[in-house]
Amino acid sequence: MTATAVTPETELQRHFEDTIEHDRRIEPRDWMPEAYRKSLVRQIAQHAHSEIIGMQPEGKWLTRAPSLRRKAILLAKVQDEAGHGMYLYSAAETLGADRADLTQLLIDGKQKYSSIFNYPTLTFADVGVIGWLVDGAAIVNQVPLCRSSFGPYARAMVRICKEESFHQRQGYELLAHLMGGTPAQRAMVQDATNRWWWPSLMMFGPPDADSPNTQQSMAWRIKRHTNDELRQRFVDMSVPQAEALGVTLPDPALRWNSEREHHDFGEIDWMEFKRVVSGQGPCNAERIAHRKAAHDDGEWVREAAVAYAAKQAARGAAA
Amino acid sequence: MTTDHDSAYDSLADEHGGDARWAFGTGFDDPLSGVDTAIPGGVEAADLAVYCLMLADDALVMSQRLTEWCTNAPELEEEVALANIGLDLLGQARLLLARAGAADPSIPQRLAADLPHEDALAYFRRAAEYRNVTLVEVDNGDFARSAVRLLAFSTWRLALLDRLTSSRDPVLAAVAAKGVKEVTYHRDYAARWVVRLGDGTDLSHDRVAAGLAATWPYVGELFVSSDVEQRLAAAGVGVDPAGLRAEFDDVMRQVLAAARLQHPAAESTVDIAGRSGRHTEALVSLLAEMQELARAHPEAIW
Repeated sequence: MTATAVTPETELQRHFEDTIEHDRRIEPRDWMPEAYRKSLVRQIAQHAHSEIIGMQPEGKWLTRAPSLRRKAILLAKVQDEAGHGMYLYSAAETLGADRADLTQLLIDGKQKYSSIFNYPTLTFADVGVIGWLVDGAAIVNQVPLCRSSFGPYARAMVRICKEESFHQRQGYELLAHLMGGTPAQRAMVQDATNRWWWPSLMMFGPPDADSPNTQQSMAWRIKRHTNDELRQRFVDMSVPQAEALGVTLPDPALRWNSEREHHDFGEIDWMEFKRVVSGQGPCNAERIAHRKAAHDDGEWVREAAVAYAAKQAARGAAA
Repeated sequence: MTTDHDSAYDSLADEHGGDARWAFGTGFDDPLSGVDTAIPGGVEAADLAVYCLMLADDALVMSQRLTEWCTNAPELEEEVALANIGLDLLGQARLLLARAGAADPSIPQRLAADLPHEDALAYFRRAAEYRNVTLVEVDNGDFARSAVRLLAFSTWRLALLDRLTSSRDPVLAAVAAKGVKEVTYHRDYAARWVVRLGDGTDLSHDRVAAGLAATWPYVGELFVSSDVEQRLAAAGVGVDPAGLRAEFDDVMRQVLAAARLQHPAAESTVDIAGRSGRHTEALVSLLAEMQELARAHPEAIW
């Protein structure tokens, strides 16, 4: 730390840029520009919040899961999401943030989470489609983050991506099973696909032309690909999967473009995206209210744990 | 971009039968494959099936209650722990339900031809056909009450499973051996919370004392043995719950002392007997929610 005190900032900045340039990792003890730190805390906190809020839409089906095997799979998945939230908050804490403060920012609406979780889960097939499309889009977004320039985030993402791939397979397996089931089950899958397809495409964020943070994040190698690149990749991956399942993606403009060697797809409703991001989605208020209620109801429990730990420490000191 | 994660994504539409990466209990294999499932001599198959239902229903209903904490727990660590305990108990329930269905195939009301026994039994029995003790079915209440209930349940179940490891039935012995490890952790988790709350703030002390008072009326039932339990205990296959009382009291005394809580006076005898199918209203509501979707599509497999 004494070295930090005497090294001029320009030299530290040069060393930081050099580290980024050579694709090496920035670690918590390394010097970093304040804007880099802030940008990372924002991104990691949003990601952590998304994991925790993301437990709600699927968690609602836990008590009603229609077979014990599906119940076990879903419970394991929702538990994984709580775990992801925990280690992402820990990664943010290596940057000087505090989990309790970040939770408060979420509850106060001052930090965001992925807008996809503001859509409702209306049938059990939604659980499968969330696994297939939502976790699928998350993976496409997150795999490049395993090479993020910030070490703790990159390492957390390696583990998270492995578990997300697993969730995605489970979601897809559920859908494949339902598509081989009764007409009602097949109709459920198509209906859920219709409702989740467009919101899934929105998960990659605004088009590149309207994405103010992308350029700086890419220069710092916090982010590796633009929103539109990742969105295209997701569409190209999902089309054959939908065909294998036997569901129709709800986009009449969707077709293979042999010149581009990519699928063309229809115009995303960016007005809807803006509405949901700005808090006017179907479940925004409900998701935050639920999180706030759990947090408020648990306050006396957390206080008791702190009080008990303090008593134990005092007893230890007295002994 | 060619990392492992991408290829996992790309291979999604491929066949993946026999994939070893499925988490325990979430795959397609028969959970009892490789275990000798013959009915041990000297035991009626119908008795064995009912006994398995009793132990299965305790775990299943407790798991369902724990699941209700999901997204509602006071801290993320508790989200993970409570889900994990619920998952362990769900796993125990599934093995025992499969055993019950295999021992006496006349029990489950089979609807779809290939509906697994475990689902026929979990989703298509009425409350009066459930055999769980009523302790597990009553509402969660607050975190303190849930912690006390989990402590009482896991103290009792651990004592039971510990003795069941020497059952003459290889399936019950195997389920018990796996369960002992799990429930040891559950009991430890619950005990730590009861102590923290009891010796935390004045508020938490009052709440856990109230939780204890609310839970205690359901404790007496844990040690009342039914005819089936007595017959199976005599045959060396089951455990007579009457013999678990001393261990239960001993553990509770230690934990309550550390938590600075008064040991409750002798519990009132409640005229409820879950083992014979007499339940509280709470189980009726719990099952209405749990079974709703499965019953709306009785011909479907999920």
